[in-house]
Amino acid sequence: MSGWEAVIGIETHVELSTHSKMFCSCAVDVAGPPNSACCPVCLALPGALPVPNEKAIEGIIKIGLALECTINESSLFYRKNYFYPDLPKNYQISQYTFPVCEGGKLDIDVDGTTMTVGITRVHMEEDTGKSTHIGGGGGRIHDADHTLLDFNRAGVPLVEIVTEPDIRSAAEARAYGAEIQRIVFALGVSDAKLEAGSMRFDVNVSVRPVGDEVLGTRTETKNVNSLRAVQRAIEYEIDRQINVLETGGKVIQETRHWNEDTGVTISMRIKEESEDYRYFQDPDLLPLETSAEWREEIRRGLPELPAARRARFIDAGTDAVTAGLLVDDSDLSTLFEDAVASGASGRAVGIWLTGEVVAYSRRTGTPIPDTSLTAPHLGELTGMVDEGKLSFSAAKEVLIAVMDGEGTPGDVAEAKDLFQVSDSGAIESAVESVLAENPDAVNKIRSGETKPLGFLVGQVMRQMGGRADPKVVHSLLRKRTGA
Amino acid sequence: MGDLADLTILDAGDGLRAGDFSSADLLEAVTRRAAVTEAHLHAYLTLDHEGAAQAAEAADASFAKGEDRGLLQGIPIALKDNMCTRGIETTASSRILDGWKPPYDATVVTRLREAGAVITGKTNLDEFAMGSSTENSAYGPTRNPWNTDKVPGGSSGGSAVTTAVGSAFGSLGSDTGGSVRQPAALTGVVGMKPTYGIVSRYGLIAFASSLDQIGPFSRSVADSVAMLDVISGFDPRDATSINAPVPNFGGSLDRGVAGLKIGVVTEFMGEGIDPHVITATRAMADRLAGAGAEVVEATLPSVEYALSAYYLIAPAECSSNLARFDGIRFGHRTQVEGTTEEMMAHTRAEGFGPEVIRRILLGTYALSAGYYDAFYGQAQKVRTLVRNDFTAAYGHVDVLISPTTPTTAFSVGEKAADPIAMYYSDLCTIPSNLAGDPAISVPIGLDDAGLPVGFQVMAPSLGEEVMYQVAAEVERLAGFTERALLATSTVVAP
Ligand SMILES: [Zn+2]
Repeated sequence: MSGWEAVIGIETHVELSTHSKMFCSCAVDVAGPPNSACCPVCLALPGALPVPNEKAIEGIIKIGLALECTINESSLFYRKNYFYPDLPKNYQISQYTFPVCEGGKLDIDVDGTTMTVGITRVHMEEDTGKSTHIGGGGGRIHDADHTLLDFNRAGVPLVEIVTEPDIRSAAEARAYGAEIQRIVFALGVSDAKLEAGSMRFDVNVSVRPVGDEVLGTRTETKNVNSLRAVQRAIEYEIDRQINVLETGGKVIQETRHWNEDTGVTISMRIKEESEDYRYFQDPDLLPLETSAEWREEIRRGLPELPAARRARFIDAGTDAVTAGLLVDDSDLSTLFEDAVASGASGRAVGIWLTGEVVAYSRRTGTPIPDTSLTAPHLGELTGMVDEGKLSFSAAKEVLIAVMDGEGTPGDVAEAKDLFQVSDSGAIESAVESVLAENPDAVNKIRSGETKPLGFLVGQVMRQMGGRADPKVVHSLLRKRTGA
Repeated sequence: MGDLADLTILDAGDGLRAGDFSSADLLEAVTRRAAVTEAHLHAYLTLDHEGAAQAAEAADASFAKGEDRGLLQGIPIALKDNMCTRGIETTASSRILDGWKPPYDATVVTRLREAGAVITGKTNLDEFAMGSSTENSAYGPTRNPWNTDKVPGGSSGGSAVTTAVGSAFGSLGSDTGGSVRQPAALTGVVGMKPTYGIVSRYGLIAFASSLDQIGPFSRSVADSVAMLDVISGFDPRDATSINAPVPNFGGSLDRGVAGLKIGVVTEFMGEGIDPHVITATRAMADRLAGAGAEVVEATLPSVEYALSAYYLIAPAECSSNLARFDGIRFGHRTQVEGTTEEMMAHTRAEGFGPEVIRRILLGTYALSAGYYDAFYGQAQKVRTLVRNDFTAAYGHVDVLISPTTPTTAFSVGEKAADPIAMYYSDLCTIPSNLAGDPAISVPIGLDDAGLPVGFQVMAPSLGEEVMYQVAAEVERLAGFTERALLATSTVVAP
């Protein structure tokens, strides 16, 4: 793509995990039997009226605050009018002017560099039902024999987060998507599961010659349902648009559909006139007022956000990569926090958790909470390594046994006789015997070679059954050989 | 006293409590009346004989046990067929809802049931409440009991007629631009539109959500108060419902009008209004002055644009409200095979009548990109101006008065082919809907042709008490006791 610059904006849809739907009291139970969680309101029966769910409004305000947005004191619900079978009212209650949140930003880390993505708006809307197209092979409505409709999802609160066109690469887009996912999850407002569709992305992509101020014609790609898909769909779309332009063609402003299997975007061929949504303020809903007290109460109740948590973990001694890995996994970060709180070394605990603990969990297929590992275990284990009581390899063996449920690190090390011997008397006699058995090596060291020293350390360790503290062995040998 | 069916709600209530007759007797009286009048008038679409009989029996059982849930207990009431009734066909007079039985009751229906009222059935209307004559019904027109060649007004013509002829003691209509007050005026009964937000719209099949309000038809002002007392009040299922205590509607019914300042709306006393109607209105204004009110001229300069604004706002909202009628989840579905879009289009073309289609198209156009500002946006500005006019007027006067309608009842078919002429029959009633204020029509006499003339009293938001105070005085001064020819069971079928 040399000579070209991509300009990318992302719309993220987040299903809130409230108990009830956005405008009725039906339970949010998307996975339940089809059409089991519906009522006159979410089925849009004649005469039914919407009433906003306060918990959902609280959820979107949390997201807005986390993204440093202004929360409008008064915001308006609009109707977005279009006909589609899984949209019961044939309009979606959404927002247009005066959304709940406007004008925020999010700092993201891309390969060690921090960049800022502007947030245009965060608005509240309702989800549609779910169509399952039967027959025709394409899984699309146009060639289906018939379509099954499930309205359990209809009316589930949906938050849309819209960025400024600040993103310049697929990798940045992916990093943005990942950070939004972390934030939404940390706020506890959504389960943020991409695979379950509770978070979805639409990506707007255009390209322009490097140095141009004017934006190119953009396309909007839908059905982008994983972070990997964000990256692939954008990479594909950038390449496709550059190719179109370089071969003298024109990019058409249109909606495209990402096909995960084929790895291409295809035009949805939406007719021009159907793009007029005839937005107007919903006369069934009054302006949504958010008092300063309520906004402040929500702000005070915000949990620690991932970025702040990463910074704190780094302060506790981990490196940035480890901090990121810990923060992304609530089981790991809980163990980390508890162990560090009781005095363990953050650096050591971080390494064990992201290394051996994760490896054990993957190898055995056991979720970490299902193992016997506790934060006190981690403190004890890293303490023993620190004090030289356990070698690194012995500690690894101890950890595995602890996770298997064989006892505390101390008990396990005792039972398996894995403690290092720091008693210099025992080590000294082993050193003496090794020196006596290897006069050649001793002579070489004395004549200035350092290599045989390592050999002698190994010999002593072997005599000690691996339980000697290698530092003590090393220093004794140096003293005796004059190295 | 002749027939029980001719009693007011309050008199019937007295008789029930005195043990003179039972709720079952009242139901029998209105049923007998309907048996005579329906063939001529077609006010009802559905008579729920079984449900009504059960409700009457329950009310009588309550009286027997000494339980009294208020003035509507045991009283037969009819409902406009755009209010959802669980298990009872609710069509909004549209083919598209042919046979549809709602799984739930509208809030007003729940409140009536809880108050022990007896729901007689569902009444005819202009399809989806769009019209001013009850001619736009998929199930045939309703006729005016004073002269069956005339329309009863609309859109709540069926409800107005049931109350006028005694096939119910009172009835509910919905008023979006005058759909309660105008038919009340044309049939000689009291019809009232409450302040927007004091009666829940939950379960009312929406026409134009920001204008729709359910209101009562009755044969007296006091009956109107009794009905409004039951149906009003905050409803958590309607986000536009006012969450505040409702006013004491009937608190000043007997106070007269001495000391009140009453404004005659200049704009509704001239061009476009029938001279006989103006004369009758002026005469009543003079009598109010004679009763001690200070009667002055009042002006609402923006109302000349109100009709145009209304006919953009209401269709715009209806174009979106009626989008849900697509044949997918309920109601009529076309037999024509085709794509999903074709299915929806055919269903709607087959299910909606011409006036509904006209308004959907008008509203869709008014909201479209490139036209929004010139039409819908402009109409909203006019709406604000109209509101401001009312606010300014109520700075000087307690209530405003005017004719309810420009003319008395017009002939069946007279305006059917001319939508604009039809729209003009709501000239005097539309401004109160745009403002969200309460207004009432009280019958004050008959014109030369023997057709009733309605007199409108308008009040500021939540000003129902003073509105009813003036309406009660108008009722006393008018002494209107005439009843429609068909309003007696003794009439012989023509
Ligand atoms: Zn629901």
